[in-house]
Amino acid sequence: MSDLLDLYQEVILDHNKRPRNFGALESPDREATGYNPLCGDQLVLDVALDGDGGAIKDIRFRGSGCAISKASASLMTEAVKGKTIAESEKLFERFHELLTGDPSVRGEAGAELGKLAVFEGVREFPVRVKCATLAWHTLQAALEKAEAPATTE
Amino acid sequence: MSEPVKSPALSSEARQEARAPQGGATLDVEAVRRDFPALALAPYGKPLVYLDSAASAQKPEVVIETEARCYREFYANVHRGVHYLSAKATVAYEDARRKTARFIGARNPNEIIFVRGTTEGINLVASSYGRRHVGAGDEVLITTMEHHSNIVPWQLLCEEKGATLKVAPINDRGEVELDELEKLMGQRTRLFATVHVSNALGTINPVREMIALAHARGIPVLLDGAQAVPHMPVDVAELDCEFYVFSGHKAFGPSGIGALYGKLELLQEMPPYQGGGEMIRTVSFEKTEYADPPARFEAGTPNIAGAIALGTTVDYLEAIGMDAVWAHEENLLGYGTALLENQPGLRLIGTAREKVGVLSFVMDGVHPHDIGTILDREGIAVRTGHHCAQPVMDRFGVPATVRASLALYNIREELDQLAAALAKVRELFA
Repeated sequence: MSDLLDLYQEVILDHNKRPRNFGALESPDREATGYNPLCGDQLVLDVALDGDGGAIKDIRFRGSGCAISKASASLMTEAVKGKTIAESEKLFERFHELLTGDPSVRGEAGAELGKLAVFEGVREFPVRVKCATLAWHTLQAALEKAEAPATTE
Repeated sequence: MSEPVKSPALSSEARQEARAPQGGATLDVEAVRRDFPALALAPYGKPLVYLDSAASAQKPEVVIETEARCYREFYANVHRGVHYLSAKATVAYEDARRKTARFIGARNPNEIIFVRGTTEGINLVASSYGRRHVGAGDEVLITTMEHHSNIVPWQLLCEEKGATLKVAPINDRGEVELDELEKLMGQRTRLFATVHVSNALGTINPVREMIALAHARGIPVLLDGAQAVPHMPVDVAELDCEFYVFSGHKAFGPSGIGALYGKLELLQEMPPYQGGGEMIRTVSFEKTEYADPPARFEAGTPNIAGAIALGTTVDYLEAIGMDAVWAHEENLLGYGTALLENQPGLRLIGTAREKVGVLSFVMDGVHPHDIGTILDREGIAVRTGHHCAQPVMDRFGVPATVRASLALYNIREELDQLAAALAKVRELFA
């Protein structure tokens, strides 16, 4: 059960049970929907930008998904709130490296990731990587004002 | 096959009988298990508990061996060469057609068309028969519990022709109500296409009654038998359906091979599905004459080894006896249903009175995906997700389920292991 405990760390279980920033924003500047067609998970993201549109002022999410995707969305909203768009894009890159990259470089990435490092265990479960990245793909779509819904495929 | 079709219209008395061991109708499950090499695997060091046969079934050694032997000993293209190997391969290929016909009760082997699987079989009927018989303002009727493969081909056809797709509702148990179905059979209904057994719910449809209702209105019927053929005796001639489709891979045969049964008089008047070699009589640039069925619908080099191994598969199943398979699985389903019903916070999705061994469920507070991952690490293979039946998920208001599906090689101990692993799930997500 040890690798399962690496995957389902306390922080992840906690954010699954009590997701932060869950719900809708009253007047979002951006909204995007993300799907994982493999499992039917669906996520809607509302983003409010600051005055000059360069940073994420507020962010909320809703939808249905597994513990990994829900916790990832919850932790992502915490991590990117207040960050500039460029900073949040950089963070997604780092996060993606954590899940799929070479384990030897994780120390460096880990430092920037803060709490998001709890998803390191996902690396051992390759089929679950898409669950962890759905929220981030959706955020990317929202920031790029994409017409089509984001998808993990 | 002279055996009557048992399961779809099985009376409760007959079901009781089927449950009791009878001469020639019992299955030596330990012997069966030894036939399937994959069942000896141990993922993560745990003995494999394979409860995902509804997605794809494991293969007996004899099927694996046939496919390998074909490539080693009698492989060449079929219906083309005058040489020794081509003749041998052709005989084996056509033998497999005869065996497949016998297995599902088709009276004439020419009524069996080899296809890639159920999906291709349905697409073949939609594009060949459907294009000719469905026009603007017409209707095609299906049910809510269809697999996407029995929805999308009809949507494409209706879109192309300006026809309408009608959908028969299901009740909370996951059953089609016959009176609701009947109401949807109208003057413009050109075809009724339904699943014989639901992959997501396990429901066995009352196909005899459904066919009678359709035929009373002159409506032809296609049955998607992907989940029926591996578990129960099927006799298409007795059912009197116009089309019947199934996949080899779900019935312990190779992937990439399946069969479409069609009544010969319908096949004879249907246009080709794909153009190419093998499906013609004569070709010139002015006019091409098509071959008779089944060759008309088998353009190009087919899955030769797969078809031959499918022949071995049905031999294998006939030797065990589909009555015995059915009795074994029904017994197992009863055991598994009782076991899961007693799990705290668990809800079974699909509680039809007539069911095959499909245990689809959700658990309070835990997403099916997470359950699937935890079970996997216990060596238990289940399917999680929407099972290519999103309308069914919508009907029951769930995004996904966990599905444990049973087959002839499963045993009670494996269901006990499933229950024990579900306790671990609850512990982790408490």
